[in-house]
Amino acid sequence: MTRKIRLTVNGTARTVEIPMYRTLLDCLRNDLGLTGSKEGCGVGVCGACTVLLDGKMISSCIALAVSADGHEVTTVEGLVGDERLHPVQQAFIDAGGFQCGICTPGQVVSAKALLDAIPNPSDVEIRDWMLGNLCRCTGYYKIIESIQTAAQRSRA
Amino acid sequence: MNAFEYAAPRTLDEALAVLREHGDEARVIAGGTALVTMMRQRLVRPSYLVSLREVSGLARIEAANGDVRIGALVNHREVETSPLVRERFPVLAETFRRVASVRIRNMATVGGALAHADPNQDPPVTLIALGARVEIRGPAGAREVPVEDFFRDYYESALEPGEVVTGVVVPRRPAASGAAFVKFLPRTADDYATVAVAATVSLQPDGERCREARIALGSVGVTPLRARAAEALLAGQPFGADLLRHAGESIKNAVDPLSDHRGSAAYKREMASVIAGRALTQAWEAARAAARETR
Repeated sequence: MTRKIRLTVNGTARTVEIPMYRTLLDCLRNDLGLTGSKEGCGVGVCGACTVLLDGKMISSCIALAVSADGHEVTTVEGLVGDERLHPVQQAFIDAGGFQCGICTPGQVVSAKALLDAIPNPSDVEIRDWMLGNLCRCTGYYKIIESIQTAAQRSRA
Repeated sequence: MNAFEYAAPRTLDEALAVLREHGDEARVIAGGTALVTMMRQRLVRPSYLVSLREVSGLARIEAANGDVRIGALVNHREVETSPLVRERFPVLAETFRRVASVRIRNMATVGGALAHADPNQDPPVTLIALGARVEIRGPAGAREVPVEDFFRDYYESALEPGEVVTGVVVPRRPAASGAAFVKFLPRTADDYATVAVAATVSLQPDGERCREARIALGSVGVTPLRARAAEALLAGQPFGADLLRHAGESIKNAVDPLSDHRGSAAYKREMASVIAGRALTQAWEAARAAARETR
């Protein structure tokens, strides 16, 4: 019980044959070799597997890959353009928005989705949007600062 | 996860035909947040999944006279941000905003959450207080069930074999009425409630006394509950602290909570009374403000 699906991953058309039970996360990591997205809790709570499906952030660990057939997926690997880090990635480095790093791909993808939707978010909007991305090092203040930094730079 | 077949038909009739063919072995999947999580935990092992994601016409929010119809495939985030819902039923937009995180709200659908029949969910509480109806399609045709009658037991709904939820209809609110949703969750903001209460109050022509109140509670029983005895105490009465206290005592008898990591049964019972009082106060104040405006 396998099926051939077509995805546009980070702007590139990909065709992959997968079993029906393959999660989108496992498809990205194991079938397509994109290991930036992580599996943390495996039940949609922690945010480490966050990717964008047609521009909207989702938990790829509880999404079936077959249900993404024909759609666009953006992972953390897709944020880099022309060999340069995405402004959100650069801001996380400059403001120290990570400690051990395991949650960082999910944090960065969620933050990008936030700034796409709300270019100048308030602190409340940042906290509300990011509350589903857990950092077990508890580095939350620096993460918020990183997002504020990215928003400020895009205004400049 | 177990192996299964997967179909993504384009029409509802095709989806119903696949369901009929595969019977108990088949499960309907929409956003997948509930079903895939349960499959990963091996709590359910369907051999056939019928996706409704490609069925056209199920993902719309539309005005129908004064009512609003929300299609089963509309996701939680879309309800939360819908200009139509925010204008007609701000309490419903606020309720959906309180579910989980933005990421989960982007996935979880209105119909899927109803069919999942988890008594800890927030939207059914407000839908019951608003008098909403579930739209169902099945082998015998279409039917509607009031949301308050849709939940039969823990994770058990009124859906018959082969039936699917196609939408929910929220009826127009009377003039001089107010509504409120209060979610009490002492842990994290994306958690299920320890207790959640939605209340609606409509007032008599004097703009003070209660014409009709509806109180619905979540997370304090095997289904969402409606507190009819407390509602009856409020009808015809003017707002007051004593009245709220009586209603609160009545609510303690209406709920049947389980002890878990979100609180002991005794604690939840007390908090159900407190949170219902807050929801009623907010709804009543909103109703009085609405009555003043229409005068």
